[in-house]
Amino acid sequence: MPENTASSAPSPILRNNSASQPTVYLTRRAEFSASHFYHSPALTPAENKDLYGKCNNPHGHGHNYVLEVTVRGHISERSGMVVDLKLLKEVLNREVLDVFDHRFLNEEVPVFRHVIPTTENIAVEIWQMLAPRLEFCELHRIRLYETPDLFADYFGPGAA
Amino acid sequence: MVHLTRRYWFSASHRLHNPALEAAENTLVYGKCNNPGGHGHNYHVEITVAGPVDARTGMVVDLTELDGLAEREILNRFDQINLNDDQGFASLVPTTENLCVQIYHIVRERWTDLPSARNARLERVRLEETSSNFFEYTGEGD
Repeated sequence: MPENTASSAPSPILRNNSASQPTVYLTRRAEFSASHFYHSPALTPAENKDLYGKCNNPHGHGHNYVLEVTVRGHISERSGMVVDLKLLKEVLNREVLDVFDHRFLNEEVPVFRHVIPTTENIAVEIWQMLAPRLEFCELHRIRLYETPDLFADYFGPGAA
Repeated sequence: MVHLTRRYWFSASHRLHNPALEAAENTLVYGKCNNPGGHGHNYHVEITVAGPVDARTGMVVDLTELDGLAEREILNRFDQINLNDDQGFASLVPTTENLCVQIYHIVRERWTDLPSARNARLERVRLEETSSNFFEYTGEGD
């Protein structure tokens, strides 16, 4: 994991936020393509097949995941912005997309050797990857679409 | 309580530039958006109204009324203009955050134009600048 680079240092202008300013939620959307399969070592092969069906195929299958990262903040009086989008994009690319895009998640992303890469778990993992790198803003929600018809939302460890 | 969302769109240009900042700071903060000639977007705006379903009409808000308000107050005002020329941005940088908050305030101030929604409230304005960036305001911090 790379250390924070100079490019991700908080902009002093954007940090000059006033609590009296309106609170706005900003969402950045990005895509990555990856493959995965579902298999729980705690279950028998028959139980795995029964629970996960076609998703249990050990060779995996793929999706075009759509990720939405929502941050919350006051509009800075000086910049008129909630967050430096350029910086948010850089962090998102470096911490998530470069790690997940065009990968077999079960084998190429270490955490998924012991965590089943369901959409739910991937959303939680993305939160954990991003939260420590987004010290310049407040992460509000991770929404991950596996397909246009299925998505998971995670609001962080403290949320109900 | 039902939440109804209606979607509209308009095209406008803007330039992000704060005269209170040095030229170098403007470039640093706004990047390409600071280009003196400006640039444009197709903005998609979603207005969400929350309220009870009227027993007589079966509606939360009469869409004709909502469409009328959106056309008069938002589309006629912002479509095909340079946002920097709009009176609302005379001393405010026309970021999409600020535009989102302005649209929320415009709709709320004209709420009496929606007699069918007298028991409903404006829940949210969601403004898409591109398909990858969008902003939401619910009145928090007003």
